[in-house]
Amino acid sequence: MNQPVPIPALELRSLSKTFYLPRRGSFLPRTTAHHAVTDVNLILPQNAILGLVGESGSGKTTTGMMALRLVQPTSGQIHVDGTDITHLDHVALKPLRRKMQVVFQDSYSALDPMMTLSQIVAEPLHIHAQGTPAEQIESALAMMERTGLHRSYGSRYPHELSGGQRQRVAIARALILRPSVLVADEPTSALDVSVKAQIINLLLDLQAEMGLSILFISHDLSVVRSLTDTVAVMWGGRIVEQAATETIFADARHPYTRGLLDAIPVLNPRDRRQRQFLTREQIQSQIPRICGPKTGQLVQVAPGHLVEAVQP
Amino acid sequence: MPLVDIENLTVSFPQHEGVVQAVRGMTLRLNPGESLGIVGESGSGKSVTCMAVMRLLRQPPARISADKLELGGIDMLRASPRQLAATRGRVAAMVFQDPMTAFDPVFTIGHQITETIRAHRDLSKSQAWSEAAALLTRVEIKLPGQVLVSYPHQLSGGMLQRAMIAMALSCRPQILFADEPTTALDVTIQAQILALIKDLQAEFGMGLIMVTHDLGVVAETVDRVVVMYGGRVMEEGPVQEIFDTPAHPYTKALMGSIPGRLPGKQRLVEIPGASPNPADPPTGCPFHPRCTVADARCGTDAPAFAAITANRAAACWRLQ
Repeated sequence: MNQPVPIPALELRSLSKTFYLPRRGSFLPRTTAHHAVTDVNLILPQNAILGLVGESGSGKTTTGMMALRLVQPTSGQIHVDGTDITHLDHVALKPLRRKMQVVFQDSYSALDPMMTLSQIVAEPLHIHAQGTPAEQIESALAMMERTGLHRSYGSRYPHELSGGQRQRVAIARALILRPSVLVADEPTSALDVSVKAQIINLLLDLQAEMGLSILFISHDLSVVRSLTDTVAVMWGGRIVEQAATETIFADARHPYTRGLLDAIPVLNPRDRRQRQFLTREQIQSQIPRICGPKTGQLVQVAPGHLVEAVQP
Repeated sequence: MPLVDIENLTVSFPQHEGVVQAVRGMTLRLNPGESLGIVGESGSGKSVTCMAVMRLLRQPPARISADKLELGGIDMLRASPRQLAATRGRVAAMVFQDPMTAFDPVFTIGHQITETIRAHRDLSKSQAWSEAAALLTRVEIKLPGQVLVSYPHQLSGGMLQRAMIAMALSCRPQILFADEPTTALDVTIQAQILALIKDLQAEFGMGLIMVTHDLGVVAETVDRVVVMYGGRVMEEGPVQEIFDTPAHPYTKALMGSIPGRLPGKQRLVEIPGASPNPADPPTGCPFHPRCTVADARCGTDAPAFAAITANRAAACWRLQ
């Protein structure tokens, strides 16, 4: 019997983005093509957390912004809950925006300094015309309480809060429309250890409670290990490895992934060690040689474990 | 003689809302060649302690008092501006968190490093320039000549942090303060910079004070740890012992909240509540409102910072 294939919350199909940058020192308007993201395929299943990791400039944020249609892809498709949203105009997109929300790294610049917290959290309801103004404020206060902020904070302004509290407001605002997809772009990077643990727990609780799917973009593999079900590793605009989170930690195959894991600071001084740092060329030369469809394509090495390979 | 000798340091900043008490009675000692980590969260007073001992805080508004505040035997509380200028850079140097704002954007890296060298050492411009190039080579910058003529915005964060370390080392200081030197960097670059700092510390025989909120950085780099909270030292001891058997409830809670310690997607042990407001710190032990084992005494009397074993000390009533 055929099992019905579940519709993923978010699916990216061979998504690419090329930025054209003005060429330096040129009088005529010439440009250089910068391939920020190349041929990214990703599936975020319903009710799961997918970690997208990589160094600065690897294209992970651009990928997240494309998934939300905040950056227009050069080619490829984006499907949210089974609907192709790649080419929808802003009128057709607006009702779908309810399903996809975002939390940014820098909560200070993400919140309007002139609005009170209850106004900030209620604004998505206002934009999507859900309920009367009084109802909107009431559900905003309820959502703030759910994210761990007392109702009395409703009349305060963003500058009165700590970084962790502001991140709670950003999460409350993102979740008030009950989205199916949340893109969280480094939401814990600017936070202290104990606050980081609080926000990770909050995301885990809300994900389970609301049946949310989260694309979690981060360069912090320790956070990714505690929070995600699967991980995709990006390097130079491509996904080079993808697997269940514990598989990545136990059995990474790509030299870049292994380098990334090796760079994580030890959790006990006893495990201090000398590290080898690979150059870009060394990583290139150590990419596994497996028969695949084409050089640079992902090859399945175990069920659910994909890795970039070159032809032997 | 200890390189850094701080006894009962208090730093406060009068503000409209009241007096912000950033450091409330801090005692710290660093011996030659030793590396010490000061761990704490934002507002715990770790950076202010370093800024105070270097006398980099403007007074007023800052109010600094201490029974002892010495760097390399020099009394920093009573030093003249001239003595201070001679001490900074030569006795103790500092690497800051954000290299982008620590460098002056309108001068080249070479200009800024040679300026430092020539302020302390009697060298000609061209001698200082070749010295700067040698330093950049030492911090593993591949094309030192090119970096010297670059402006800060032309370099990556990792590269700038290397240049900043080169500048800090230019006068062969006895003590290096590194204030969150890798917080703004990617994980691979962080590992490289930490390895570099450790190598240089051994090579130059410097004392190192590593200020960080990241226990991983501490586990990687230092011999001894001071844990700060609410402007006070909570616990101090050898790094391995602190990780193996944390004694203070705050240290224990901090260790439990590190993500990624255990395999699998799971909730972390979190410390409920928030850090104390430095303008209105709780009475007694600063951690008592969030502490799971606090009793009535913890809320009224601050525990003294006292020895718990031969080489460890903590400020907790439960441990005395």
